[in-house]
Amino acid sequence: MSTLTDPPKGSFRLSTLVNDTRYRSYTFQFIALIVLVGVIAYLMSNLFSNLAAAGLNISYQFLGSPAGYDINQTLIEYNSQSTNRRAALVGILNTLLVAFLACITATILGVIAGILRLSNNWLVAKLMAFYVEIFRNIPVLIWIIIIFTIMIAVLPGPKAFRGDMPSASMVLDAVAFTNRGVYIPAPIWGAGSLIVVAVFIFSIIGCFAYRRYATNLLYDKGRLLPMGWPSAVILIIPVILTFFFMGKPIGLDYPALKGFNFSGGVKVGGPLIALWFALSIYTGAFIAENVRAGIQAISKGQSEAAGALGLRQGRIMKLVIMPQALRVIIPPLISQYLNITKNSSLAIAVGYADVTATLGGITLNQTGRAIECVLLLMLFYLTISLSISAIMNVYNNSVKLKER
Amino acid sequence: MSDTSAAFVRTEPVPPSPPPSSAMGPVKWAKDNLFSTPFYIFLTFFATYVIYLILSNTLPWMLKGVWTTSSLAECREVLDGVSGGCFSILTERWNQLLFGFKYPADQYWRPALTFLFFFAAAAPVLFFKMPRKFLMFTGIFPFVAYYLIWGGSIWTPILVLVGLVFGYWVYRLLVSKSFAAGFFGGIVTAIIIWAVGDSLISDKANVGVFLQAVPSRDLGGFMLNMMLGVVCVSLSVPLGIALALGRQSNMPLIKWICVVFIEFIRGVPLITLLFVASVMLAYFFPPGTTTDLFLRVVIMITVFSGAYIAEVIRGGLAALPSGQYEAADSLGLDYAQAMRLIILPQALKISIPGIVNVAVGLFKDTTLVSVISMFDLIGMIRGPILAATEWNGVYWELLGFAAILFFVVCYGISQYSQWLERQLATDHQ
Repeated sequence: MSTLTDPPKGSFRLSTLVNDTRYRSYTFQFIALIVLVGVIAYLMSNLFSNLAAAGLNISYQFLGSPAGYDINQTLIEYNSQSTNRRAALVGILNTLLVAFLACITATILGVIAGILRLSNNWLVAKLMAFYVEIFRNIPVLIWIIIIFTIMIAVLPGPKAFRGDMPSASMVLDAVAFTNRGVYIPAPIWGAGSLIVVAVFIFSIIGCFAYRRYATNLLYDKGRLLPMGWPSAVILIIPVILTFFFMGKPIGLDYPALKGFNFSGGVKVGGPLIALWFALSIYTGAFIAENVRAGIQAISKGQSEAAGALGLRQGRIMKLVIMPQALRVIIPPLISQYLNITKNSSLAIAVGYADVTATLGGITLNQTGRAIECVLLLMLFYLTISLSISAIMNVYNNSVKLKER
Repeated sequence: MSDTSAAFVRTEPVPPSPPPSSAMGPVKWAKDNLFSTPFYIFLTFFATYVIYLILSNTLPWMLKGVWTTSSLAECREVLDGVSGGCFSILTERWNQLLFGFKYPADQYWRPALTFLFFFAAAAPVLFFKMPRKFLMFTGIFPFVAYYLIWGGSIWTPILVLVGLVFGYWVYRLLVSKSFAAGFFGGIVTAIIIWAVGDSLISDKANVGVFLQAVPSRDLGGFMLNMMLGVVCVSLSVPLGIALALGRQSNMPLIKWICVVFIEFIRGVPLITLLFVASVMLAYFFPPGTTTDLFLRVVIMITVFSGAYIAEVIRGGLAALPSGQYEAADSLGLDYAQAMRLIILPQALKISIPGIVNVAVGLFKDTTLVSVISMFDLIGMIRGPILAATEWNGVYWELLGFAAILFFVVCYGISQYSQWLERQLATDHQ
């Protein structure tokens, strides 16, 4: 709208501010600024007079005082005498934990379902379409509640594992599915386990170094080195050798029935499992659609051209289709990860102690600091969202089609 | 060549013989689509097994269900150890599931009638081949629906309607001179009429009460989900358009305000916004006023989905070739005309699938209000119904019912959007 008009001939008039395109945008922005300031001032004055009337003030002192409530699933040390700040931190870590787990499983589920939905096998394609439609069109809250109900109402109690003829038994003698949660073996880190871990990290680096070397050799000299089995050898052999050489420093602590409950191992609480599983299958359905759309966006000519060049089926997928499809798939995939993180706030419905349940739930109700708690909560989610979108922007710019 | 002495000459071509039975019909189809490679054979059998597992567990349970008992114990008696659903809870609590547990029982016809009217009002919007005159009813519907559901004094909706009608009339009179004059003139007229009317009808609570007044906190059940969904979607589309245009604007201040607003709203989960509605928003209203929770929730959900719709519409605006903007400029259209006549019709058409996606998501998200203790469908199930002693333990029937209800609505909407896309496709025909 950058229309040039003749300079005004007459003297300044008020209508010039609106009618002259050179000044008009400034006039409008000035009005917008006044309205914005006015609205904010109005809301703030309401806020402060309401707070004064209720005898409240804005203060973050409560973060330092003891929380006074217990949390059943914590990643860091916590008891009811810890501060509210620590409770919020426990919540933040729990949010990140369930979001991380759900992102991984949702991606796996979504990619499998998306590819299978394009399969030529009619039955499998229809089954996957059914999965996608069912899970996309029913609210995630209902899924969380359904899976949580399965956890508490269908799975047996620890009592069922007792006696000579127990009605329930542990899977592989290592994992126990009970209505109090799932008990899995916990690793025991003995002396020298650090060396094994270090060796493992070095073999990962070595594996990548070998693959890069092989690729460079292929591009520079045209010599083709095998990729698959050397990578596996580099990854596994040194770790196993060190493991036995150091005298098996890493062991597993199996859960066992002691009295009325299981002890030993790690207890993964029912709410965490319900939330994790529900978020995974719900978001997996969306990811499946993204994957399908991404693969379908690549025209058939691409794979035909690659075939005409003599590439094998696997190479066509890896070298021609995937790099192009990923450009379409990854941006919506990352926004699905964002959705998982935001939807994990539904933990409050099943009693999983994420940040919404600790800071925005119990702390808020106990201290009555509604404004401060909600603001902190928003700040946390905003930080996560903005950093993920920043990463996404960097990625988008790096894979953008380089046009003239 | 008629005098050749060949013993036999075929006078017509041989009719084509049918392909072998292995290359046609269901056999070929099954061979191609189910059993083409060993891996596919495995997949087919695996999928069949999965389907069998699902059906063998659910079908008997559904078919042998009990519909007429009055408690779970009676259900178990009737079933006598056989696996079967206790669907009597749906028949017994049907009204509670749909309308909540506080809505006056003798007034259930009001929301039911509103629901019927809703289809009549939505039809001309959804199917644009219907006569445009039906849009008149769509225009009146919000006021009818408001009065039917909330009741109270009939003068409130009438006053609002009269104000809007006169405002629109003034707008039509003045818009030929300038858009701004019409726009602001219309708003001022409406406000004057509302103020005058408000002072004329002094005792609002008791004048013209034809239907019993029902406070917002008595609304509940699936009705609450539907109301939140419909109200918030219809309010958030205009908000989204305004935000998207603001974000595209070349006035830095306005663009900056819209960007901050959109990114902020999109960055936080809906639950925190609902917390804002339930515990925080009241602090921002003028001291001494009380706003009911329903209105506060509507504000927050509208703002939430408005930000998402704005991003969808921004995508539509960005997808338009810049030639469209330049063409509108070169015709001498001003900003409002260019947007109204050239840009938005095309941009909105591109955005329809995205907007429908947001609408479906929004409708699913209305279940979150159960977290801030509003008794929508999920709130009813988790709250009063499962807490009742005679029904303690009936999970699957209730949750399945809720899931099916949401599935039908959401799947219906997405099918409609695909149909609409095909209708609107003007290219590649």
